[in-house]
Amino acid sequence: MVAAMFIAVMVVWPLVAVLVRSLAGVGPADVVRILARSSVRSVVGFTLLQATLSAAVTVVLGLPIAHLLARFRFRGKAVLRAAVIVPFVLPTVVVAAAIDAVFDLFGLRPATSTGSDVSLLAILYAHTFFNLAVVARLVGGYWAGLDHRQVEAARVLGAGRLDAWRSITLRQLRPAIIGAALVVFLFSFTSFGVIRILGGLRTATIETEIYRYAIARGEFDTAAVLAGLQILVVVVLSVLSSRFQRRFGVTSSRVPTTSPVRGPLRGYLAGVVVLVAAIQGFPVALLVAGSLTADGRFSLVHYRALVDRVDLLPTSSLEALGNSLLFALGAALVALVVGVSASIAVTSGGRIGRLLEALTFVPLGVSAVTLGFGYLVGFAAFDLRQSIWLVPLAHAVVGLPFVVAAMVPTIRSIGPRVREAAGALGASPTVVWRTIDWPIARRAAFTGAGFAAAVSLGEFGATSFLARGEASFTAPLAIFRLLSTPGAALRGQALALSVVVGLLVAALAAVLERRRSQGVTLL
Amino acid sequence: MKKSSKRAAFPSATSALVVVLLFLIAACGGGDGETSDEVDRAATETTRTTDTAEPTDETETTEPDGETPEAVEPGATVRLLTHDSFSVSDGLFDNFTLDTGIDVEVVNAGDAGELVSRAILTAGQPEADVLFGVDNTFLQRALDADIFTAYESSGLADVPDELELDPENRVTPIDYGDVCLNYWKDAFADGGPASLADLTRPEYASTFVTMDPEASSPGFAFLLATIATYGEDGWQDYWRQLADGGVTVTSGWSDAYYGEFVAGGGDKAIVTSYATSPVAEMIFATSDIDEPPTGVVADSCFRQIEFAGVLAGTENPEAAGALIDFMLSETFQADIPLNMFVFPANSTVEPPPSFVEWAAEVDEPLILGPAEIEERRSEWTEEWAEIVLR
Repeated sequence: MVAAMFIAVMVVWPLVAVLVRSLAGVGPADVVRILARSSVRSVVGFTLLQATLSAAVTVVLGLPIAHLLARFRFRGKAVLRAAVIVPFVLPTVVVAAAIDAVFDLFGLRPATSTGSDVSLLAILYAHTFFNLAVVARLVGGYWAGLDHRQVEAARVLGAGRLDAWRSITLRQLRPAIIGAALVVFLFSFTSFGVIRILGGLRTATIETEIYRYAIARGEFDTAAVLAGLQILVVVVLSVLSSRFQRRFGVTSSRVPTTSPVRGPLRGYLAGVVVLVAAIQGFPVALLVAGSLTADGRFSLVHYRALVDRVDLLPTSSLEALGNSLLFALGAALVALVVGVSASIAVTSGGRIGRLLEALTFVPLGVSAVTLGFGYLVGFAAFDLRQSIWLVPLAHAVVGLPFVVAAMVPTIRSIGPRVREAAGALGASPTVVWRTIDWPIARRAAFTGAGFAAAVSLGEFGATSFLARGEASFTAPLAIFRLLSTPGAALRGQALALSVVVGLLVAALAAVLERRRSQGVTLL
Repeated sequence: MKKSSKRAAFPSATSALVVVLLFLIAACGGGDGETSDEVDRAATETTRTTDTAEPTDETETTEPDGETPEAVEPGATVRLLTHDSFSVSDGLFDNFTLDTGIDVEVVNAGDAGELVSRAILTAGQPEADVLFGVDNTFLQRALDADIFTAYESSGLADVPDELELDPENRVTPIDYGDVCLNYWKDAFADGGPASLADLTRPEYASTFVTMDPEASSPGFAFLLATIATYGEDGWQDYWRQLADGGVTVTSGWSDAYYGEFVAGGGDKAIVTSYATSPVAEMIFATSDIDEPPTGVVADSCFRQIEFAGVLAGTENPEAAGALIDFMLSETFQADIPLNMFVFPANSTVEPPPSFVEWAAEVDEPLILGPAEIEERRSEWTEEWAEIVLR
């Protein structure tokens, strides 16, 4: 019930409030008229196309990484695991410039192009860059818990490696893949900075159109109709994904094993590392190089500048980083508590469970503009909008789907007979959950909470609506602000701060990775 | 037993994180002995020049921010809703609090467009008492939505008439600045472009980067500059020539200035920016330079005036009015230039020496009426897109 109340207050109410306010005086005929515009239809088409392709490409490229992290022991595994997560928190405005530079190597300039092919390619690259970690970790975590013996039995019986993989492992993985694909799809569906910067000038998605109508044009009715359309798409997809997850769900006894990388597998390992380096390494390298250069020479001046406040910012970059960390911990904690509660409700079925499952993903699929305005309008009467705690709460709302996406397939994979047996032996539902479900789902819960922390560290859109002066000035806000004024020192500081945010997440992942033997994996 | 060890994982992970952070702080702050003198000088130079006009002996890092001076009893609070570019020197509002007993709380609200949109959406139940940062390109929309109540500040006596755009005083001018073409001096042996018309020469058009007027405020201001210069029926031809010449367009100012312009490592030598950008280039340089690397085309400048207004529905109209008076006072006005890189509206306040020396002097800025801008905005930007983004 914690989850139901949280979602009602933090998701449903603000969205209802802002839509009702924006649609005042708009009749059904007007809605139809807006949706029938040819520009709206082509925008919806492109939005769905790029999000579907982004999810597909990210899943295909993320699976080998998930496989390696889930099934094998090798030196540098912790580094790979930590490295994969870094891009997830890097600010779009910084990364987009780096990705534009990558394309420039091939003579293409997506950021200033008016052609659609290059733009689509750049958008897919950027979305894969940011979201590879989602597939690697959400699917990898599930994969690690699967019973490997079935595959081995099949191999013993003469099945080829690929056959065994296709007919058993891929089949078993389907619920996790669907969950991760849904998350990546929704991220791409509402991606703003990537579309605006790399999409070139003619490219528009529902998300960028909402911003255009609500901000540049002040046509709130059109913006609200598009926002309603976004919500509809999310709910439909959540319901579909949940149906598929349940249909494909397989129960599995859980015998996590890893094996060392030997023989021909070395080539596979090298291939995956090259893949990660190729997709994620180059933009990151450009970013690091930029942060270490002043006047064409190597210099640490930008890093030292993080300590001092420049007049443009309400705090020093380092203080902003401190705020970000605090918010990230708060957001992760709230997302964990609410996410666990939501996952219990979802997996125990019933109407409320199904409703919750559909609504949990809404924050990932609605525009930050809609949600941000929703809080301002919806909480006007309570003055909650003045609280700096609105920022971590909003981050928790966006982080929540990760906890649910990680936990629900895991809990569903637990055989009902185990629970029934425990129940028959007189264990109360609470005891069953504590002794059977939680020990297995715990890792998934922490993986999700780790993502909630990462989401919070990198979040810009909603934060810029809700931040209040210096106490809630976060690192992404600082980076954005530094890049809004001329001056080499400011640009350098923005790059340095981005690198530090990335390092922090990598360090967080690495430190927590060491605790894996105790059953806790955060990232 | 087992359970508690798992619970312990969280705090120890947190403390590990804190250790990492402390290490980073130490690494960033304490590297003096090992780095070259030149870099150190650059760093101190940056810190020194960014401290504003008031000379202080102490470093500013330990100063407590935003606390009420002890002499004043905690009284009313006035809230100021403004855009993200709003910035003042540490403790500036303490002067106001000392005089009036009123605390100031600043609420940042995204860019100027977001600011106006959220004020309109929350009209009647305002988030704050005063809004600052609506400019002449958005003014009419704000006025049409009735988000302000009239307030006539005594400080208006010192403000030039041409900055006062609302005869009913629903908004009060606080500062002004100009959006102008900037160019990278080293890229032009012949001194660079001198007028808007020069840009139609292919060798200039092909090295010019500007922003999508619908997505970017300076991009829109530059479009308005061309409309003000060439007239309602002439600007289209001008832009056709720019498009034929190969003008580059980005969606935002940062992408243009740091992505395409020479300043960020790009290869474009002319960019849409501000009359004061060369000042920022000097102050936020990474090394000692004698003059800004960029120049300004003075006849290309569109004037942006920023206003403050008392939000309708406020519960403290008097405190709100007092804050607007303070924003026109010498204390606040003198603080504006180096924090926000715009000029004070109060004509009795002199801009700082760096502005006098390095900012472009714009004697005859281009301007269009707020009502005309609001009425034609969509039409103009759509027509622009047809011409330039075909």
